[in-house]
Amino acid sequence: MSSLHSRSLARVALLPAVSLLLIWMLVPLCMTLYYSVLDFNLLIPGENDYIGWLNYEFFLTDPAFTESFFNTILLVGGVLLITIGGGIGLAILLDQAIWGQNYVRLLVLAPFFVMPTVSALVWKNMFMNPVNGLFAHLAIFFGAEPVDFFSQFPLLSVIVIVSWQWLPFATLILLTAIQSLDREQLEAAELDSAGPWSKFVYLVVPHLSRAITAVVLIETIFLLSIFAEILVTTSGGPGYASTNITYLIYTQSLLQFDVGMASAGGIVAVIIANLVAIVLMRLIGKNLEG
Amino acid sequence: MQKTQSKIIYSVLAWSIAFLIFFPILWTVLTSFKTEAEAISSSPSLFMFDWTLVNYEDVLSRSPYFLHFTNSIIIAVGSSLIGLLIAIPAAWSMAFAQTDKTKHLLMWMLSTKMLPPVGVLIPIYLIFRDFGLLDTRLGLVIVMTLINLPIIVWMLFTYFKEIPKDILESARVDGASLGQEIVYVLMPIALPGIASTLLLNIILAWNEAFWTLILTAADSAPLTAFIASYSSPEGLFYAKLSAASAMAIAPILVMGWFSQKQLVRGLSFGAVK
Amino acid sequence: MLKKLSMLVMGAMTMTATVSAQELTIATVNNGDMITMKSLSSDFEAKHPGISLKWVTLEENILRQRVTTDVATKGGQYDIMTIGTYEVPIWGKQGWLTHLDDLGETYDTDDLLPGIKAGLTVDEKLYAAPFYGESSMVMYRKDLFEKAGLTMPKEPTWSFIAKAAAATTDKDAGVYGICLRGKAGWGENIALLTAMSNSFGARWFDENWQPQFDSKPWADTLNYYVDLLGNYGPPGASANGFNENLSLFQTGKCGMWIDATVAGAFVTNANDSEVADQVGFAMAPDNGLGKRGNWLWAWSLAIPSSSKKSEEAQKFISWATSKEYSELVAKNKGWASVPPGTRTSLYENEAYMSAAPFAQVTLDSINAADPSNPTVQPVPYVGVQFVAIPEFQGIGTAVGQQFSAALAGNMTPEAALKNAQRLTQRTMKKARYIK
Repeated sequence: MSSLHSRSLARVALLPAVSLLLIWMLVPLCMTLYYSVLDFNLLIPGENDYIGWLNYEFFLTDPAFTESFFNTILLVGGVLLITIGGGIGLAILLDQAIWGQNYVRLLVLAPFFVMPTVSALVWKNMFMNPVNGLFAHLAIFFGAEPVDFFSQFPLLSVIVIVSWQWLPFATLILLTAIQSLDREQLEAAELDSAGPWSKFVYLVVPHLSRAITAVVLIETIFLLSIFAEILVTTSGGPGYASTNITYLIYTQSLLQFDVGMASAGGIVAVIIANLVAIVLMRLIGKNLEG
Repeated sequence: MQKTQSKIIYSVLAWSIAFLIFFPILWTVLTSFKTEAEAISSSPSLFMFDWTLVNYEDVLSRSPYFLHFTNSIIIAVGSSLIGLLIAIPAAWSMAFAQTDKTKHLLMWMLSTKMLPPVGVLIPIYLIFRDFGLLDTRLGLVIVMTLINLPIIVWMLFTYFKEIPKDILESARVDGASLGQEIVYVLMPIALPGIASTLLLNIILAWNEAFWTLILTAADSAPLTAFIASYSSPEGLFYAKLSAASAMAIAPILVMGWFSQKQLVRGLSFGAVK
Repeated sequence: MLKKLSMLVMGAMTMTATVSAQELTIATVNNGDMITMKSLSSDFEAKHPGISLKWVTLEENILRQRVTTDVATKGGQYDIMTIGTYEVPIWGKQGWLTHLDDLGETYDTDDLLPGIKAGLTVDEKLYAAPFYGESSMVMYRKDLFEKAGLTMPKEPTWSFIAKAAAATTDKDAGVYGICLRGKAGWGENIALLTAMSNSFGARWFDENWQPQFDSKPWADTLNYYVDLLGNYGPPGASANGFNENLSLFQTGKCGMWIDATVAGAFVTNANDSEVADQVGFAMAPDNGLGKRGNWLWAWSLAIPSSSKKSEEAQKFISWATSKEYSELVAKNKGWASVPPGTRTSLYENEAYMSAAPFAQVTLDSINAADPSNPTVQPVPYVGVQFVAIPEFQGIGTAVGQQFSAALAGNMTPEAALKNAQRLTQRTMKKARYIK
């Protein structure tokens, strides 16, 4: 009686969220699919003829496409590595007994609140600029040559900036997970003369697996479409060295207001993102259950 | 003895790293009080310079900061609250009336975030134009709600799952209706999680720098547009940019700090056992 | 100081609560002259009490994106837009702009500099009013040249520039002989390189729209550029745009800087520039082939045809680009800050000419640029430092990326040119210019 009632009630409760998201997903998706097979350039008013796969072909055969694809993977992978690796380390550190633990956490949390464009601009102009930036001054102080970050290490520089933004997020989640670690288990392991490394590998890491999974999933969603940071710093260059798929769509299509090709690029990006999600879920999805 | 020694070492280490992480923000705030010439000088100093408020004056007289500020608040808080309103029933349903489709539903919701905004820019712009939503706060609230809804639902779902079913069932047995169940039983327990979800979303909506730039003009432009007007004008601008940045991130930084505990509780995603 | 600050805060808050008869929404770039226009706009509002102004100020690229999207989709968000000599020919032809025929009796369109006016006119109709115009010129340090025993001719050649750059470079002292744009972008390094290439005898496309990056003149241009800037330019040049070079020059790190004529006002301003009294000016260099390496650009105010307030909008445009406006700026900020490069009358004004040491070269440079015949060999397009086709933004930026990479040493100039040729051909094929 009550379970049937609550079953249909449950469906009704879901209705607003699901229907809204359905509309939000379907309408742009359908429009994008529609435009992707048209020859539609905003600046060239005309017939908008149907051209079939031409937009896709053009987008995919662009020599920049392969490089952007790998850059996207590198970007996501690099940031994940730094934020999770750094996050685990920081979390363990912050878990120790230290003075002013709350204030330290405050400081570590701060970068997450800063607007991506602001962080990118600050890093670009005040730190990485090879003439006026702080790193340049430090290099000269130590008698070394200032490094031109955005010309020599464009993708790495973007990875550094994005990692700085996301490190607090990862640290916080991992810290709370660590704080729920069963102390008794740890002590028992010590009694069995387990060293700090094996304690780490066999007790801490498995416990963290769920938190790590959550971090990976959320970050990946956001990292796949990094745009503002690239726009503000390297503009995708030099060449295509720091262009990811999202930025490629921008330069190849939006910059020329070629709506048809931008749509085709968008569909390609969706397919790639879904593939990545499927792979991720296969790899670590089990960790979320329970 | 051992303990104090390790406490000292860890404290030093932790504070150094925290300082390094926080440094860019500190540097920005400090630069906002320097003159432009000082800001790009080849021997920058940390505290020893002529402090001045001229950048803040310039920025305030050049742009309607408070208009942007109000817009940011309305858009961020509004979309988060509406999102919560829609998401709480959905998350309740998924957490307590779980079916085998539930996980797929969750993944599908997350997948709606996978279409990069650059790809749908023009279609959305056209829709907004036709509905008269361009440069309106309502239009932006709608967009922000929709793009963050999956995150809100997901966070609430994992937090609700921590709550033992028995509490809700006993309320039902006592004759509570669905509404009463949610409001009087679920929410008090879930309040920390709901609060931190709300806060995280306010942060995400506050910092969103794509739709807020494309769909606004003069009336509804939030702080992200305010920053965009300082990004690379002609002439020296580091100090002014710092002042503008400080003014753009200060509100959210302050709010985030005051609610840090809530944030931590909710962000843990039920990973805390 | 604090009192002033609180008054500003009060003012800012009341700004948000204004409602008035006719509201004009104006989209502008965040350049100094426009910011000045915004701050002086109370003069306009006093003269036209029924009109109030709303401003949207953005960085150039974002602004261009928004304004173009709006005008092409007839979004109607703006009544007045700041656009350049790139957009006007294209949009005027499409019928997206309102013909400016009601600018007032005292406006005097014949006073507008002919090259600038031609760049804003389509089929004999004026579609935008120039707010400020610019060309490009050489700015150099008189003291460094004296030290090296050199004199800058009024019309230098590129080989002289190379010599002078070598002679004035002193890397230990942090002085670099030449500063040039290297940042990728159709309006950044490509503007400079295209104008330069004109003086080397190169062109973007031949009469059949075939890209010409495989031609010798382009190879000469790029090799010269990479060598010059690589040997005598500052580190990180491939990321330097106008702003970065401006601060380099103002802090005394450049021997020469070839860039927009508007920089003249900045580098001679003693408040911002450490070398304000040491700056000399010369025409952009050439190779004796008949075209100099100087460009032509005018930020102008235009009205989208979807605006329903074109009458009021024309009143504002008339105010902002009139002779009286120049006098207003002169009164408030001094003659050197008057928006340059639009009217002949400005350059006949003695007060202006004596306050602005860069004025004569600016005028000569603007008059020397011819957008309808920008290159030595014939071309099917207009535009000196750009090609006035819609596809140019994308192509220009992509090619700019390649050239920037060559400067950064990530690839050889030959490879960059080959890539540029290939990607331009691809896009031109897709856009049906060539088969």
